[in-house]
Amino acid sequence: MARASTSRSGKGTRKGKTRAGGNRSPGPRPSDALGPGQKLELYRWMLATRRLEERLTNLYRQNQVVGGLYRSLGQEGETVASAYALEPGDLIGPLIRNLGALLVRGYPPRDIAMQYMARAGGPTGGKDLNVHFGDVRGRGVVPPVSMLGDLIPVMAGVALAARMRGEERIALTYIGDGGTSTGAFYEGMNLAAVWKLPLVVIAEANRWAYSTPTDRQMAVDSMTAKADGLGIFGESVDGNDVLAVYDAVREARARAVAGEGPTLLEARTYRRKGHAEHDMQKYVPEGEIARWEKDDPIDRYEAVLVETGVARRGDLDGIDAEVRAQIDAEIEIAQASGMPDPRVALEAVYADPPRAADHLAPYREDA
Amino acid sequence: MSAPTPGASAGATTYLEAIREALHEEMARDPDVFVIGEDVAAYGGAFGATEGLKDAFGEDRVLDTPISEIGFTGAAVGAAMMGLRPVVEYQFLDFIACAFDMIVNYAATTRYRTGNAVPMVMRGPMGGGVRGGPFHSQNLEAFFFNTPGLKIVAPATAHDAKGLLKAAIRDDDPVIYLEHKYLYRRIKETLPEGDIVIPIGTGIVRREGRDLSILTFGSMVHRSLEAAAALEEEGISVEVVDLRSLLPFDEELILESIRRTAKALIVHEATLTGGVGAEFAARIGEKAFEYLDGPVLRVASLDTPVPYSPPLEDFFMPSTATITNAARKLAAY
Repeated sequence: MARASTSRSGKGTRKGKTRAGGNRSPGPRPSDALGPGQKLELYRWMLATRRLEERLTNLYRQNQVVGGLYRSLGQEGETVASAYALEPGDLIGPLIRNLGALLVRGYPPRDIAMQYMARAGGPTGGKDLNVHFGDVRGRGVVPPVSMLGDLIPVMAGVALAARMRGEERIALTYIGDGGTSTGAFYEGMNLAAVWKLPLVVIAEANRWAYSTPTDRQMAVDSMTAKADGLGIFGESVDGNDVLAVYDAVREARARAVAGEGPTLLEARTYRRKGHAEHDMQKYVPEGEIARWEKDDPIDRYEAVLVETGVARRGDLDGIDAEVRAQIDAEIEIAQASGMPDPRVALEAVYADPPRAADHLAPYREDA
Repeated sequence: MSAPTPGASAGATTYLEAIREALHEEMARDPDVFVIGEDVAAYGGAFGATEGLKDAFGEDRVLDTPISEIGFTGAAVGAAMMGLRPVVEYQFLDFIACAFDMIVNYAATTRYRTGNAVPMVMRGPMGGGVRGGPFHSQNLEAFFFNTPGLKIVAPATAHDAKGLLKAAIRDDDPVIYLEHKYLYRRIKETLPEGDIVIPIGTGIVRREGRDLSILTFGSMVHRSLEAAAALEEEGISVEVVDLRSLLPFDEELILESIRRTAKALIVHEATLTGGVGAEFAARIGEKAFEYLDGPVLRVASLDTPVPYSPPLEDFFMPSTATITNAARKLAAY
């Protein structure tokens, strides 16, 4: 099982399975098998993610979003590529900065807009916010909670269930560099490691956990060291290189279905916006965001598409115009939708009883 | 039943054996049921509740875990959302606190928020009187009682231990099943043949009486019955209501009993302040105020951690004597 490896932290010789980014084995890459249509589909999902979030930002500024707005600007590549690398039956657990994964899994943009606007038509009917929704046995999307790390053991259980039923499905979820500080992360990863569960975890090294930098979250240079500690396959990949992420996830998926256990895949990227829209990023050193703007995953992928002859600039502009028009139409639908009936608040705490008691009823103004 | 229950005495079944029987029968009935926890497979569980399951159903359905309550509780949540029915064992229920976030933030909210069902049972030995000290004796129901989305049951008899565990496993929502380790081998009864399923949310009158009602559950049912028997000699007629389910609890049964006896004594082994008894008292005050002929009293453990040394623990917990004296006082009011 041991593979030759050079860890980025590189202290002495290791027998771990870690592989540093850029140190890939020669030979065909999984993304070589993607046709031009698929490569453009990837592009379209990335653009849709960005354009939807831009429209949501406008709605936020107009007070049409209820609560906070969380952007994935600069991280659209790793999210979309990893979600796109899955098979339809696989299960995915997106976090707050993985809106793109929901689009890839078929949720229409209106659903996300209605969630952010607390509308009745959103997937949770107004009961929970932003990307907090899912449909495990339908779309294969596992809902997150705000507590970071919780999805790691939950997705380990999802992978366990798939294996218990003899299904060739894997589970994939995300964690930020800050989220890997939690106990839930370690307990879930360790369980998956010991049981060799088909689990792939994308560890987004996006530099900031709210205002706390990565070196205040961990004393290792790369989260692949955490994979070493767990005895699982770890790899660090350029998270803004869409096809590199796709390749790494396809390979991780292949290992997972082959019974080789989980992978911790570090995606090196950057969170170009604040924790949420209210966050003015005062803690970010001068010039840092501008440097990362030059490493934008969409710009880089456009260059690849043009250089490899998949599309011409004009084709890409046309796709962008289509995406913008589609997002506009979806936002209009969301804006035209209604707020929930208050009595929905009583419903579905349990299957049985289906409705909670309204003990405030005698005291309500309309009583 | 597919497998014989190891150690079962002919005729009568202990509380612990009843739990084991329920696990065997439910695993045989439904291939989606599996058991997950520390030392549940090869060892058969710290108290033997899962003994024989590995041999009967294989290691794929009886999973020994690393020491990681967050990890295996979370894994059970994930498997439950996939349609399986995990039964999580905590070696001592005190350790469920390690998984508190996973239970209250994830398991309890997910149906409400997202429509995804989380049918799982979380069970394990709780309660004092066994000299287990602060971390192997706690009664934890109040931690979870204020969490909509959870159900909580607490059987007092072997019959109910079996019937409530079956109901919990078949329930489509997360259920915390509180088994009292003091009762494991101390009580036994002959169980009827066939399936026993006790609907969650239903209490039962263990002893009828006229002068006052003791509202209780778990191990305190037995001490309350002893108190009631002692008071009968003095001509005081005590009703003993075993709630069996705490969330939801059988409010109608409580009110019906209080309307008849006009006096309520609430007895639980958990500490007093913020205990579930406070909720029962409040409901009685709200909904049966005009029937009351005396204050609603509570007998519960002292507001301290659970002490270890026998004189300390005995002083800490309700005894048959303290329950008897409280009931006598209330009857005289």
